[in-house]
Amino acid sequence: MTPSAFTVPGLLPAAAEIFLLGMACVVLLVDIWLPDRYRRLTCQIAQASLAGALILVLATFPDARATTFAGTFVADPMAAVLKTFLLLVSGFGFFYARVHLEPRGLMRGEYFVLGLFAVLGMMVLVSAGNFLTLYLGLELLSLSLYAMVALDRDSKPGCEAAMKYFVLGALASGMLLYGISMIYGSTGSLDLATVGASISATGDMRLTLVLGLVFVVVGVAFKLGAVPFHMWVPDVYEGAPTPVTLFIATAPKIAAFGMLMRALVDGLGGLAADWSQMLVVLAVLSMAAGNVIAIAQTNIKRMLAYSAIAHVGFVFVGMAPGTPDGYAASMFYVLTYVLMALGGFAMVIWLGRAGHEADLLDDFRGLNDRNPWFAFMMLILMLSMAGVPPFVGFWAKWSVLREAVDAGMIWLAVAAVLFSVVGLFYYLRVVRLMYFESPRDAAPVTAFADMKVVVSVNALAILALGVYPGTLLDLCEAVIGA
Amino acid sequence: MIPLTHFIVLGAILFCLSMAGIFLNRKNVIILLMSIELMLLSVNLNFVAFSRFLADPAGQVFVFFILTVAAAEAAIGLAILVVLFRRRQTINVADLDTTKG
Repeated sequence: MTPSAFTVPGLLPAAAEIFLLGMACVVLLVDIWLPDRYRRLTCQIAQASLAGALILVLATFPDARATTFAGTFVADPMAAVLKTFLLLVSGFGFFYARVHLEPRGLMRGEYFVLGLFAVLGMMVLVSAGNFLTLYLGLELLSLSLYAMVALDRDSKPGCEAAMKYFVLGALASGMLLYGISMIYGSTGSLDLATVGASISATGDMRLTLVLGLVFVVVGVAFKLGAVPFHMWVPDVYEGAPTPVTLFIATAPKIAAFGMLMRALVDGLGGLAADWSQMLVVLAVLSMAAGNVIAIAQTNIKRMLAYSAIAHVGFVFVGMAPGTPDGYAASMFYVLTYVLMALGGFAMVIWLGRAGHEADLLDDFRGLNDRNPWFAFMMLILMLSMAGVPPFVGFWAKWSVLREAVDAGMIWLAVAAVLFSVVGLFYYLRVVRLMYFESPRDAAPVTAFADMKVVVSVNALAILALGVYPGTLLDLCEAVIGA
Repeated sequence: MIPLTHFIVLGAILFCLSMAGIFLNRKNVIILLMSIELMLLSVNLNFVAFSRFLADPAGQVFVFFILTVAAAEAAIGLAILVVLFRRRQTINVADLDTTKG
């Protein structure tokens, strides 16, 4: 190829990513020269970058699937909606992080710089049109997260959690890569669309393909934290500083869903019959282990970790039928679950203060006497996670289960309902502690007005979405079908 | 010429060795890092072999990216290891048990 044959690819579909990359570098540089007393500026610039990227995503919202960079980057309505939520959730996450980090002397620029790079990785991941971009987006996300977990260098569990996360995450990446190499060997391409076309065209090399598929599913299950690949989830959630836990528990779940759609549906859609069985097994195991082990927890971060594992199981239930409506139900589930997880960890941040991390269930004892509005917000979040109507968690579970029943997977739906009844126990235990026990520490729980407003918006959004679930659900169905 | 199968089998053996290294090793975290590197290299071998036999350069390009990312990954892994050693004075895998349950 002669040098003159090189043409500049269309940059517009990737405008938001390019902007975010530039801004992440700006934040990094600004933070170096900023005196400590202006550290809040780093957070504000980081949030402004997310807002700018959000505007660019909405301004370039595609009507149909468009590709650029020789097909490695896909901009379609699904990616745009996922990115919108990623950016919104991360913006909220940065706000909660500031509230937590500032009084503890941990307010360093690293959280926000690494956070921005992680968001960039997630955006690339949901727009991947090639196994190469998929891998690079995933690694940019993972490497940023490993470093974030070790943010509090003096914390013993923090360092240990970072090491565990790193080793298991790298193992997952290795598995995923091995799977990709097998798929490359049997289809002769790394491009997801070409892989998809050649799978439906030929039947030979099937064994290698299925072997590759198994490794890819294992890699994705590791990243999502599905049983039996969930060992890192509770340790990392508990060991990491709460704002980092909040970040890991929210936006990367959306990105992992995007990765699931890109790798399994766009790329390996021809093997849907094979991966659907694997997802069913992962779903049942995750819902069972997540909900049952969560009952035994005394630490709320650990409890929410097992609850996250159980919710991942539900996402897989929606994916298992292999129908567009099922994917839309899963997408709705992920987006709403992330809102709930965001609120849940924000509550842990609100309740804590410098020198005391309120991460034990006992800290929630008698909260209604200490701050009724706070207790009410927590009530909304817990009931929504448990799937009690009229909160949005109920509609998410309902839409996923409906798709499973429509596809004839009745026993899977029955198992899902049984395990969510088990799950009800530990969510309601938090409610009981708050309303029917007397507090150990009678001091009222206070917060700055901005924290109160943001948490209330977060929790009331869950209530509002529960009353009007149709808009978001229709949106998910529209973008998956596009 | 050496047939493709030989390369793939060698890749698989290296991959299994690295898995065994990660799961059986209870002594030293640095051995974990070495196993992870070995795992990525076995994948690279697969990619290069497939790329050669498919006469398609994309696989070799992928290998460059994997090598670069592996370097970044090792840097972060070693950084975490240093922090961990400062805090715990040990890099024994069996001692990493503060969080359990």
